[in-house]
Amino acid sequence: MKRRNFFKKIILGIVGIETGYLVFDSFKKKKKKAVSRDLFEAGRIDSFEKNRMYPFNSGKFYLSVFENGGMLAISIKCTHLGCIVQPDNDGFLCPCHASAFDKHGEVVSPPATRALDIFPIVVSDGKILVDTNSPIKRKGFKKSQLTFV
Amino acid sequence: MGNDKIKHSVLTGFLLHLHPKKVNSEAIKYTRTFGLGGINILLFVILAFTGLLLRFSYMPTPERAYDSIVSFQNNTLFGSLIRNIHHWSAMFMVITTFLHLLRVFYSQSIYYERKKNWYYGLILLLVVLAFNFTGYLLPWDQLSYWAVTIMTNIIEYVPFVGEWLANLIRGGEIVNENTLLNFYNFHTALLPILSTVFVVLHFWLIRKAKGVTVANNNEQKMVNVNPALISKEVIVALFTLAVVIFIGLFFNAPLLEKANPMVSPNPSKAPWYFLGFQELLINLHPIIATLIIPSALTFFFIFIPKVSIKNEKVGRWFYSEKGKRIIVYSVLFAVVTTSLLILILEYWLHLNKLDIPLFISTGIIPLFMYLIPAGTFIFILKKKLKADKIELILALATIIFTSYIVMSFVGIWLRGEAMHLIF
Ligand code: HEM
Ligand code: HEM
Repeated sequence: MKRRNFFKKIILGIVGIETGYLVFDSFKKKKKKAVSRDLFEAGRIDSFEKNRMYPFNSGKFYLSVFENGGMLAISIKCTHLGCIVQPDNDGFLCPCHASAFDKHGEVVSPPATRALDIFPIVVSDGKILVDTNSPIKRKGFKKSQLTFV
Repeated sequence: MGNDKIKHSVLTGFLLHLHPKKVNSEAIKYTRTFGLGGINILLFVILAFTGLLLRFSYMPTPERAYDSIVSFQNNTLFGSLIRNIHHWSAMFMVITTFLHLLRVFYSQSIYYERKKNWYYGLILLLVVLAFNFTGYLLPWDQLSYWAVTIMTNIIEYVPFVGEWLANLIRGGEIVNENTLLNFYNFHTALLPILSTVFVVLHFWLIRKAKGVTVANNNEQKMVNVNPALISKEVIVALFTLAVVIFIGLFFNAPLLEKANPMVSPNPSKAPWYFLGFQELLINLHPIIATLIIPSALTFFFIFIPKVSIKNEKVGRWFYSEKGKRIIVYSVLFAVVTTSLLILILEYWLHLNKLDIPLFISTGIIPLFMYLIPAGTFIFILKKKLKADKIELILALATIIFTSYIVMSFVGIWLRGEAMHLIF
């Protein structure tokens, strides 16, 4: 009797692990598909002026070009609860819970506590490409985050 | 009456088999259960039935979900009514499940052989919330899209595992077609199976404990289930059905514009039954709101039925005369303290401006602004009223329930643009 219980437990255990694995795996596959997407093409370098901010809704980022020529691809997703931030006199404002950010994406007013995420910018062939699948989390703005061309 | 030779149809026979032949006359008074468990199971059956009908038209993709619902409402016979009934039954079920929890808790029906059923009940509560939350996304309108965005982003705040968990639930970084498919599968396949299993266990354990608790076990007067109990069940069932159909006929389930992932409405709120939780996050540091308080509550709810209670107290509404008074005081205490603290944090104290770590200024300080009065209150109950262990648990649980209700009330009705208080 004991042995039978033992086998029963083993079989149940294996079935359990297998089921868990299957469920988990079905979640994971989708993620891989998303990662394999290409870089987002923002446009030719010479089409961007200094001191301006270009919204790319379909890429879910704002491309900001500053006076010194440095660029940031700032995520449109508020770090508070994920709403879409809107441009607001020289910075960004979240319509849901009134978090405000400056032009570099740093928090000016809570409830958000973290600067807006940025996306890596790659320059190739005179074009600006943005890796919208790998947001970079950051505490605040640093010069080293800027991309120069 | 009581004639065993009557032939029943298969369905009637099955339904009768859920009950024993005879029950204690005390156990079937309305004031014992208020029929709440029965209402829950009926709502579940209504939801399963209307959900099945909805499934025939519903398409779980961002392009077609919204339109499939609009077309179901306009082109299918009784489409609107079916969707309305599904929607309102789901909303009622959150409330009746919560009331049922209150009923078993306050009538001391969770000790000894009923301990397990308290735990299965808690699981059922989670299942009901999961049903509602996954269902909420399915219409894919502005309300549902942003409510689920807010809620999954709240999950991201849970330390260590939050981000991983939120991405798993969403199937990605944002709410998108993967999320919709995940939620659809959970809502219409996994959760129905899960809930059926747990409901069966729940019912089996009720039978095993010889039915619901009764206050006084000495003088038992047994009556036949059929018709004494059955007639009451039928009355409650018909009443519930009438309410649901009536509301479904005259009040449409909300459907805003189709979801637009680029435009967040102002304000954006979590689904209403989670707004008490969102309120917590508005007032307290995320580590405290999403990890410390929920874990403490979980331990507390697991701990409750483990306390030993005198046999003659089992099944007594509110435990004792003193218990009743303590509960009233606790409600008053929690209403006043919670509302005051919300007002103070909104208008007078801007703790995040202090030059100390946020965890202390927006976490520890407001938490203690609540815990110190609560601790004092409990201490006074113990010293002045000589409350025993169970009475203190009654007080604590009442404070928790009341605070959550107050916070939900504030979140649902008193917060407007940008989630600021409207006055
Ligand atoms: C058991 C089988 C069930 C099935 C097959 C099912 C199926 C569906 C379907 C296809 C929809 C999309 C239609 C729509 O959004 O109007 C839906 C929506 C929904 N379901 Fe269910 N459902 C079931 C049970 C439940 C239960 C038990 C609950 C709650 C406790 C629930 C709560 C909801 C909610 C809140 C919505 C959104 C309704 C709205 O606002 O339009 N469902 N369900
Ligand atoms: C879908 C959800 C649920 C259904 C369908 C359900 C159904 C029922 C029914 C029909 C009864 C017997 C009659 C009555 O008390 O009204 C009952 C009893 C009970 N339920 Fe639930 N229930 C649900 C959720 C819960 C929850 C959330 C809890 C608590 C956390 C809970 C704990 C209990 C306990 C402890 C009893 C035994 C009460 C006694 O013996 O007096 N149930 N349930």
